[in-house]
Amino acid sequence: MLYAFFDLYALFVTKYQLRVNLSDVLPQIFLTTFILSTLVFYRYQITKADSVNFLDLLWRVFITGLVTTIGSLVIKLFFLVFANSAFSQNPITINFFYHVLVGLIIIFLVSTFVVWKRLILYQKSKNLLQLWGFFEYALLGSLIFDFFGNKFFTVNFNTVLIFLSGFSLILSFNLKWIAYLNFRQKWKSILFILLSGIYVYHFLLSLTEFSSTNKLSIDLIDRIYVDALFVFIILYAGISILVTLFNLPTSSVFEQKLKEAIDFQKLSQAIPSGQSESQTYDILLDSSMSAVFADAALLKFSDGEHTLYRNIDKNTVNEIQASIKHSSVKAIVNFEFGGDFSNNKVSTSLDHSIFKSIIAMPIIVKGKQLGVLILLQEVGDAFNREMVDIIIAFVSQASISIENFTLISEAIENERYQEQLKIAKTVQNSLLPSKLKFNADFEIVAESNAAEEVGGDYYDMVESKEGIYNFIIGDVSGKGTSAAFNMAQMKGIFHSLVLQQGRPANFIMQANAALSMCLEKSSFITASYFQIDTVNKILSHVRAGHCPALYYSRSSNQIQLLETNGLGLGILRNSEYNQFVVEEKLTYYDGDILVAYTDGITEARSSDNKLYGIEGLKESLVKYTSKSAEEIKLGIIKDLLAFLGDLKIEDDYTLSVIKFNSESNG
Amino acid sequence: MVNISIDKEDDIQLINVLGEIDASSSIKLDDALKTTSAEGLAIVMNLEGLSYISSAGLGVFISYLDELKTKNIKFVLFGLQPAVTEVFDILGLNQIMNIVITKKDALRIANEA
Repeated sequence: MLYAFFDLYALFVTKYQLRVNLSDVLPQIFLTTFILSTLVFYRYQITKADSVNFLDLLWRVFITGLVTTIGSLVIKLFFLVFANSAFSQNPITINFFYHVLVGLIIIFLVSTFVVWKRLILYQKSKNLLQLWGFFEYALLGSLIFDFFGNKFFTVNFNTVLIFLSGFSLILSFNLKWIAYLNFRQKWKSILFILLSGIYVYHFLLSLTEFSSTNKLSIDLIDRIYVDALFVFIILYAGISILVTLFNLPTSSVFEQKLKEAIDFQKLSQAIPSGQSESQTYDILLDSSMSAVFADAALLKFSDGEHTLYRNIDKNTVNEIQASIKHSSVKAIVNFEFGGDFSNNKVSTSLDHSIFKSIIAMPIIVKGKQLGVLILLQEVGDAFNREMVDIIIAFVSQASISIENFTLISEAIENERYQEQLKIAKTVQNSLLPSKLKFNADFEIVAESNAAEEVGGDYYDMVESKEGIYNFIIGDVSGKGTSAAFNMAQMKGIFHSLVLQQGRPANFIMQANAALSMCLEKSSFITASYFQIDTVNKILSHVRAGHCPALYYSRSSNQIQLLETNGLGLGILRNSEYNQFVVEEKLTYYDGDILVAYTDGITEARSSDNKLYGIEGLKESLVKYTSKSAEEIKLGIIKDLLAFLGDLKIEDDYTLSVIKFNSESNG
Repeated sequence: MVNISIDKEDDIQLINVLGEIDASSSIKLDDALKTTSAEGLAIVMNLEGLSYISSAGLGVFISYLDELKTKNIKFVLFGLQPAVTEVFDILGLNQIMNIVITKKDALRIANEA
């Protein structure tokens, strides 16, 4: 499209030469339009490329220059071949080729201008942007100025040109991009800019040659826009070359700093990207080495598990460790670091056959020295304060990364644990009955509370036959998830055996046999089994190692302990167990109370370490004997909490109250 | 926390327990019983210094009852504090274990043929 435009332009101008009577403003407009369209094209082309690769940009200038220069050389060749023929002296021919040349030069100038703009505006500030904007508008203004056809070297022309040149000079000192080139890239860019300079020189030469023929319809040299572009491009190229040259010796320092920054970033990103501790240590070791130009290095850990070596072996390390004289450095190497960097030296000279300088940097995570980073140099006094500072920064960044890593994994572990507990609690809650069955003969209430998320207390009630109620209360040894699982087994056993409608003693014997097979060796379950026969008003009970229940008799106004002999389930895992099972019966009367509980209640301790005990429970029960089951339960718990003060009950506890009411049915 | 030491006296092994045995310190009790039961000599345990035992600690005792019985190793406890005695009694362990008051009684039972 661009070339079509260019051809059209050239053609029109040539036509214009034939028909002299046309307005002389027309070629001006064509030229200006061409310049603007080239500008728009390149602005779009070059600005579009998002990545700022300076060498690519300079390469673009170089290539555009090469193509356009070859074009202009072809034109030159043509004039050389037809040097004296009338054809070559024809103004139309001259003008035609001149316009082709102008087109080429403008393409080169404009593209270079856009590239320079890109370079100048690298890391732009607001002020710079304003200044540049002003410069660009001034250049556009000069395009309009050109319409007035001022000749080269007139006063107006010179004023504007000097003004624009001054502007170019100011802008030309924006060379931040050079600092980001490495040594090789700097040499390359000098080469590219120099070659581009040769093109510019060649173009200027060609233009003045044509200009001297005095047969041109429009002389490009008379156009201030083009001149200003030339000045700007030459100025910026010249200053760039000089600055790049002077920057060459220091470029290694910049490269070093840049590498440090990148290494630092790597360290801080090591953990979020899911890398492990050992990878962090690798990065730390390698980047520290390159940051201080160390010849050898190692990373040693206080647990003595693994040591990372670079250019050094174990024996040499031992030699070096022995040759350290400085006390604080020695302390760091021996993992006895005091914890304060400010007063302690971490670098010192060494009296060793190969290595003469050392930095020993402690790696501290969560206030503990986890390891030591040792950097070695073959030259004496090789490490300065700055290098030590960099290493401190590296090491602390690595420490933070490692600390974060452990925190994250701990958090995940904890989360998983909480999740499991939640599931276990849900399961357990479904194991305890939400409502206990009873009839007019008695009322029963129960409350259970787990110290941890899940507990090992169990109670349940099943009406095995019309009027026969079976109540079990149990405590699984241990706390937490495993206790809850054993409790689930207990529930299974209770529900399957209770329907056999056997005696409580039979139940306990069979339960022991069943549990003997599935309980772990060191686990056991204590339980009490109560059978309430509401037909005959008889309470039968068996105690299998469980806390003795309290029985309040209203007639005697006494509390007795149901302390029959018994053995915890799972303690004896054979038929010998059966000889320890004792079943007792008693007849209940109206107003009698049975209180069954787990040891979480009697073993609760007050802040002065006193046990609540069975005595405490008895004293509490006495106060509430005339109340309903629910009121008795609430009263006992209230008294217990008062006894504890601000302490909590450490164990799981369960409290169940049964109040008999035999008068209701005679 | 609990402190457990093992002394060898004549033909018996004496385990001294001092402190409280809960879920975490029950491991020490387990270690002591593992070592002594491997020896094959009668085990006498001095519980005068035991102020508290949790169900996990009791579980350790229970887990060795069967093994000691099969190996025919005498196992006697003495000097239980009242609170500890109560725990053993409630669970019914007093019915199946040798629990006596004094060391003298304990040694006598341990040395019975």
